[in-house]
Amino acid sequence: MDIKSMKNYLYWLYCQFELITCSYLMEPWEKVLFYTFNITMLVMMLYTTYIFVPVHISTAFQFFLHLFGNQHENTVSVVK
Amino acid sequence: MANPSAVCNGHLHHHHQKQNNLLKSGIYKKNGITKGAKKNGVSNGTVYKKKFVEHFEQAPMYVAVLTFLGFGVGTIFGYLRDFMRAWGLEKRNIAAEREQQKDFVPLYQDFENFYTRNLYMRIRDNWNRPICSVPGPQFDLMERVTDDYNWTFRFTGRIIKNVINMGSYNYLGFAETDVNALKTVTIELQKYGTGICSTRQEMGTLDKHVELEKLVATFLGVEDAMVFGMGFATNSMNIPALVGKGCLILSDELNHTSLVLGARLSGATIRIFKHNNMQSLETLLRDAIIYGQPRSRRAWRKIIILVEGIYSMEGSIVRLPEIVSLKKKYKAYLYLDEAHSIGAVGATGRGVVEYFGMSPDDVDVLMGTFTKSFGAAGGYIAGKKDLVDFLRTHSHSAVYATSMCPPVAEQIIRAMKCLMGLDGTTQGLQRVRQLGKNTRYFRRRLHEMGFIIYGNDDSPVVPLLLYMPGKIGAFARRMLEKNIGVVVVGFPATPITESRARFCVSAAHTREMLDTVLNALDELGDFLHLKYSRYSKSSHPELYEETRLELED
Repeated sequence: MDIKSMKNYLYWLYCQFELITCSYLMEPWEKVLFYTFNITMLVMMLYTTYIFVPVHISTAFQFFLHLFGNQHENTVSVVK
Repeated sequence: MANPSAVCNGHLHHHHQKQNNLLKSGIYKKNGITKGAKKNGVSNGTVYKKKFVEHFEQAPMYVAVLTFLGFGVGTIFGYLRDFMRAWGLEKRNIAAEREQQKDFVPLYQDFENFYTRNLYMRIRDNWNRPICSVPGPQFDLMERVTDDYNWTFRFTGRIIKNVINMGSYNYLGFAETDVNALKTVTIELQKYGTGICSTRQEMGTLDKHVELEKLVATFLGVEDAMVFGMGFATNSMNIPALVGKGCLILSDELNHTSLVLGARLSGATIRIFKHNNMQSLETLLRDAIIYGQPRSRRAWRKIIILVEGIYSMEGSIVRLPEIVSLKKKYKAYLYLDEAHSIGAVGATGRGVVEYFGMSPDDVDVLMGTFTKSFGAAGGYIAGKKDLVDFLRTHSHSAVYATSMCPPVAEQIIRAMKCLMGLDGTTQGLQRVRQLGKNTRYFRRRLHEMGFIIYGNDDSPVVPLLLYMPGKIGAFARRMLEKNIGVVVVGFPATPITESRARFCVSAAHTREMLDTVLNALDELGDFLHLKYSRYSKSSHPELYEETRLELED
């Protein structure tokens, strides 16, 4: 039952996406083009996030620690 | 609750209820105007005799952002398709010049039709749907399918029966095929035929026209009236007869095309004031009188204010008492177009003048159409006898246009007699009351459900906001699947972010039909996520009780 309502909810979300971006009005080949473009952009963005964000977060963390005092320096291990 | 209204000669006498007598004793007279209990938003000292509640709620900001996003995606794909068409990758379906004329000056400006070609075409199947029965509360639709994404249609031959009609301007339900009701119309049809073959000035004035004009004048409470064969032509052909160069026209922002066309054809100067905004109108009037004509600084020959009774895209009612007081103060003329309000508002269906409890002498030119509430065709202009006599000789429509055909005139006569009670029954009054009840019920339920509805609580035109272009098509199609026919309107007729579905409530709708429609709307509203209102009334049921008088049913 939970799976069914979850599936219905996801279908509803998909319909909303279609309506908002006017892909409801597009012919099938236009939809393929549009979704390909969107998914490509999304995948590229996620990949960039995966590569760059951990490094930036740990650098920022280190910087703030340095700012507020040096006592915990030994316990922080930097991943290179 | 005792019924204080009495019907006499088709006119309703209001018992002006003297509430708050104790308060009134403390109210002083100022400049001859008694200040009654003030209502919110009334700045002029003119008292509205009943509540004037209008809603124009703005949707949350994300809705506007997403609407623009939708239009943006549509535009990008439009450019893509245009590119493909220009380079021959796709067949061209639009009008194009002949091969031999390719070097001439272009006849068709391609880019102007960008919107039509790329966005309107995709959802075109929701408009121009041919019906094959009388447009009463239900009608039959011819089924049509498209094989090439709405460029061409073909009829399957099947008919969709009994689609609930929420789009026709059938406010009082006079669009009917009942044989008893149409008895006199049949007789006149057999007596006169259908063709007039002449204009009013030549041989086209029949005794039916004279009878009809006298009846219209009695109905409205004015001296004389004149009827024309077409409602649009009434506006566009008569305004040039009334004003000319050197006159000033102050027209509302959202006036109908017929008024705009008439104003432009007249050659007068046109200034626009914000929709239903009395401060804007007053500013314009003051500037006009202080500064006069643009270069010569002479006084304007005439200043005329063009307004409508009910605006059909917004559902708002004109603020007539304030406009009349402004016009009296600044000595301007008033032209009131009651196309949608005659028959639909007012205690006995006599339009906005009666709705506000004012006298028809306050309005200089009363115009209206018979298309909406009377189930016929044509328009009228009513007012003082001098005005109407002038129009009989000077109006283009009177001189050149064919006059109204007799069966149609008879339909209007019988509908008006029914409304006034002259046929011996109270059916007319019942229809007006039923329309009022249906309107209030429909609007109340829609507000409770959480939709954003525009307009006055008493107007039978109900615009429901859809906002996003994708939802326009989805809404109309899904409503048709549920056997309900609606009219949706998008960009050129409305502002770009505010596309809407427009419902026209009719006195012929029964409670069951309205409930069916409301349930379908509820379901569809949840599915399409249309319930944007932040002020849904259902949390305070006791504050919004019906306080108006209604017949027990």
